[in-house]
Amino acid sequence: MSRIGVLAVQGAFREHIDVLTDLGAECFEIRKTADLEKGADALVIPGGESTVMGKLTRDLGILPVMGEMVRSGTPVMGTCAGLILLAEEVEGGDVHLGTLPVAVRRNAYGRQLGSFSAEGEFAGVGRVPLEFIRAPMITRVGEGVDVLCELDGVPVAVRYGNQLAMSFHPELTGDLRVHRYFLDMVR
Amino acid sequence: MECNERYGLNRELAQMLKGGVIMDVTTPEQARIAEKAGACTVMALERIPADIRAAGGVSRMSDPKMIKGIQEAVSIPVMAKCRIGHFVEAQILEAIEIDYIDESEVLSPADDVHHIDKTRFKVPFVCGARDLGEALRRIGEGASMIRTKGEPGTGDVVQAVSHMRAMNMQIAELRAVRDDEVYEYAKGLQVPLDLAQYVHRNGRLPVVNFAAGGVATPADAALMMQLGADGVFVGSGIFKSGNPEKRAAAIVRAVTDYNDPKVLAEVSEDLGEAMVGINKDEIERLENIRMAERGQ
Repeated sequence: MSRIGVLAVQGAFREHIDVLTDLGAECFEIRKTADLEKGADALVIPGGESTVMGKLTRDLGILPVMGEMVRSGTPVMGTCAGLILLAEEVEGGDVHLGTLPVAVRRNAYGRQLGSFSAEGEFAGVGRVPLEFIRAPMITRVGEGVDVLCELDGVPVAVRYGNQLAMSFHPELTGDLRVHRYFLDMVR
Repeated sequence: MECNERYGLNRELAQMLKGGVIMDVTTPEQARIAEKAGACTVMALERIPADIRAAGGVSRMSDPKMIKGIQEAVSIPVMAKCRIGHFVEAQILEAIEIDYIDESEVLSPADDVHHIDKTRFKVPFVCGARDLGEALRRIGEGASMIRTKGEPGTGDVVQAVSHMRAMNMQIAELRAVRDDEVYEYAKGLQVPLDLAQYVHRNGRLPVVNFAAGGVATPADAALMMQLGADGVFVGSGIFKSGNPEKRAAAIVRAVTDYNDPKVLAEVSEDLGEAMVGINKDEIERLENIRMAERGQ
């Protein structure tokens, strides 16, 4: 069974834990660096407010440890704020882990009135529901990054080796297939 | 369908705020301090509840220009308050694309019978509640997030605790009754049957539930989290205290590590003076307003 560490300093981490547990993975919460010593086969960075998650992971010393794990090949999935934490460029904002060669623009779809639902073709998975909540936009994709899903010509899910990231929220839809795709990366 | 989809998205924004602290701010400068300290959302208002209490008179929605100044100052979501039942104030807040509206007992109620029909709006609403009945009635009207009422502007956490405990106890009761007893329970609480059935089956509210009203210290915030709150609103507690930056950051840490007394001890150190506060007996003695009784 895969052991998945889910960053739990703020945001919708419970939702990821519920989905991954349903799929048979064992999850634990990461609130301090000591939690990372429990030995994670993979990491999840959930949705939430990226400013809050960035500040707390930095203050708590989690950020460099996580960064080292991701660089050394530990699979990671980032959704929404998690994508922002992974991105190597955040337009007009602070870079956090900076391990994923993409640029993102925060709140690019507008305030809450700009939040929306859609559907899209996810490579190797099929058509999946896409929930965008005050979502960031991927504005540049670096070399070696595969675009797994696009909406109106804009990449919304990308993979770079062991890193999977998306601007939408698969943990909110009840559709487990994107998480299953991630667990296949872990095995 | 459009309406249901929008309601889903609005409920989900509240899910993203979980484990976070929503802070009252009155200026763009305070908003920036709050964001930097780790607030997940700011509540833009002209006067914090403690000052509303002190000033008396009629308290209304804030100037849209002031709210827009705060929207421009920060990248995190911005909430603002409208009066209970004042659907035109809500229309105005929706027009300036606020992220969340708080239909709030902190302001003077505009309608002493009806709350806003929140299903008519695209923008999400949070409402205060003292017990399960109030919570489910507000959700029935379209609220996509609930918070305890507490007693705003007092720095006294007792009412928030009592409201959270009341809600937890009623949820446990409703969960425990037989399936065929839910009808009577819903009748007693004066709530929609489908919402009572949801709570009966799932043992929780169908939306996120934050604590609010009287939280002043990191320990208060952690207390509310341990009692089951999904996150915390801090109103007067931060910018009425001696060292707002430090206190704000400490409360953010306390909400993340609410189960770790060592961390709570560390962040509670040397915060300077907490807001002086006013307790519920004093409110009664001074014949001051009991805001929690507004809008049931």
